[in-house]
Amino acid sequence: MAVSGLLMLGYLVAHVMGNLKVFFGPREFNEYGHWLRTMGAPVLHEEWALWIVRLVLLATVAAHAVSAYQLSRRDIKARPVAYAHKRRRASYATRTMRWGGVIIALFIVWHILDLTTLTVNENAQPGHPYENVVATFSTWYGNVVYITAMLAVGLHVRHGFWSAAQTLGAGSASRDRALKAVASGLALVLTAGFIAVPVAVMTGVVS
Amino acid sequence: MKLKLRVWRQRDAAATGEMAAYEVDGVSEDMSFLEMLDTLNEELLLRGEDPIAFDHDCREGICGACGLVINGDAHGPERTTACQLHMRSFRDGDTIDVEPWRAAAFPVIKDLVVDRSAFDRIIQAGGYVSAPTGAAPEAHATPVPKPDADFAFEHAECIGCGACVAACPNGSAMLFTSAKVNHLNVLPQGVPERETRVLDMVATMDAEGFGGCTLAGECATACPKGIPLPSIAAMNKEWLRANRKVKR
Ligand code: HEM
Ligand code: SF4
Ligand code: FES
Repeated sequence: MAVSGLLMLGYLVAHVMGNLKVFFGPREFNEYGHWLRTMGAPVLHEEWALWIVRLVLLATVAAHAVSAYQLSRRDIKARPVAYAHKRRRASYATRTMRWGGVIIALFIVWHILDLTTLTVNENAQPGHPYENVVATFSTWYGNVVYITAMLAVGLHVRHGFWSAAQTLGAGSASRDRALKAVASGLALVLTAGFIAVPVAVMTGVVS
Repeated sequence: MKLKLRVWRQRDAAATGEMAAYEVDGVSEDMSFLEMLDTLNEELLLRGEDPIAFDHDCREGICGACGLVINGDAHGPERTTACQLHMRSFRDGDTIDVEPWRAAAFPVIKDLVVDRSAFDRIIQAGGYVSAPTGAAPEAHATPVPKPDADFAFEHAECIGCGACVAACPNGSAMLFTSAKVNHLNVLPQGVPERETRVLDMVATMDAEGFGGCTLAGECATACPKGIPLPSIAAMNKEWLRANRKVKR
């Protein structure tokens, strides 16, 4: 959980920085999209580096989902009889880890069909990522799907980052506040950074 | 005070239980929660009914025998044991739900009594130090740095009540096990078994059917002895270290 989660988190930080290049206009953003395909060259053949990143990500998502499934099964089995007196347990971010994770997984599928394979993106043209992003956020459902998923990512990271630090033994009483602050900071930066793009398209800042 | 109670009644381990409603009158706010249950039980005995079974021993918050989930909170609304919880925490006319610890690893024996021997087996797996017998050694022979002594004492406070398991949404025993591991692993007396202790206690904890930790933090909120949540990270650190040191 912790190692795969942190690897994906590292990817998300790189991803949000790349996305924000959309604010520097179509030329720079499309060049960046092109570079993703040629990075590693001339040592590597075109798209090799990209495929390595994709395979590593696929492996981490799979590892994360499988361990989440196993952990959840075990946790549900450990409390076979529920309390008659119900009350909310743990913080909102903590309680929504399971369903939030499922929402994020479904989002990843939609996201790939939308902006990588362009299957569900009407008006999309291959090789024009900037225009495709604008096309996505010109539909109401595109905005709803992305903004909902990014709020889920923020919550997931807020509990997940701090939790992973505990799992890896990095937590301590004296470091607790700092770790929580980093977790909230990362969650906020990621969510705000990702949401900035649909908001910019909606308000016409990016078109 | 006059109170309405809904109490889990279950004849034996095999029976299916249910919440049963009772009324208790003449409850003083100076009574402990267990004394309130004693009052009800006296009435039940006079009526020829089976009294409510619950665990207790010292009734002064140090043995860890008592354990009730009161209105959904392990040991009730105050940060103390059920035996040290006073009725002044409730108001006249309140309805109070009383349930046993709920965990696969803590099966109900009768009413509010659960079998906590899974904890004993975790202790047997490594919650001890090997010491040569004989007269007590001279106290200054083994110096312990003050911060280590404080850390050990903080964790030695765990009374093994199981409230952490009862409060955890996953029925996990990480707080209990971490209290025991940290208490001994930081002391020079615990060094000979430092690696095997954490590996064996965690393995036994898993084998007993406790849930996995998701750092929800409910355990540390419920713990009557204030074992802090970072204790779990400290145990994880010991466990990772032991795995690096011991190849098995
Ligand atoms: C396939 C989609 C995903 C699913 C099904 C999923 C599900 C889960 C679940 C169930 C947990 C368990 C923790 C708990 O219950 O408290 C968890 C933890 C975590 N997740 Fe995800 N998640 C997904 C995607 C992500 C993504 C995209 C990231 C990266 C930002 C991420 C980062 C983390 C981290 C760092 C943890 C904490 C690990 C730990 O507790 O040691 N997850 N996830
Ligand atoms: S850690 Fe706290 S709640 Fe858990 S058994 Fe020890 S004293 Fe009880
Ligand atoms: S009866 Fe001993 S701690 Fe409550």
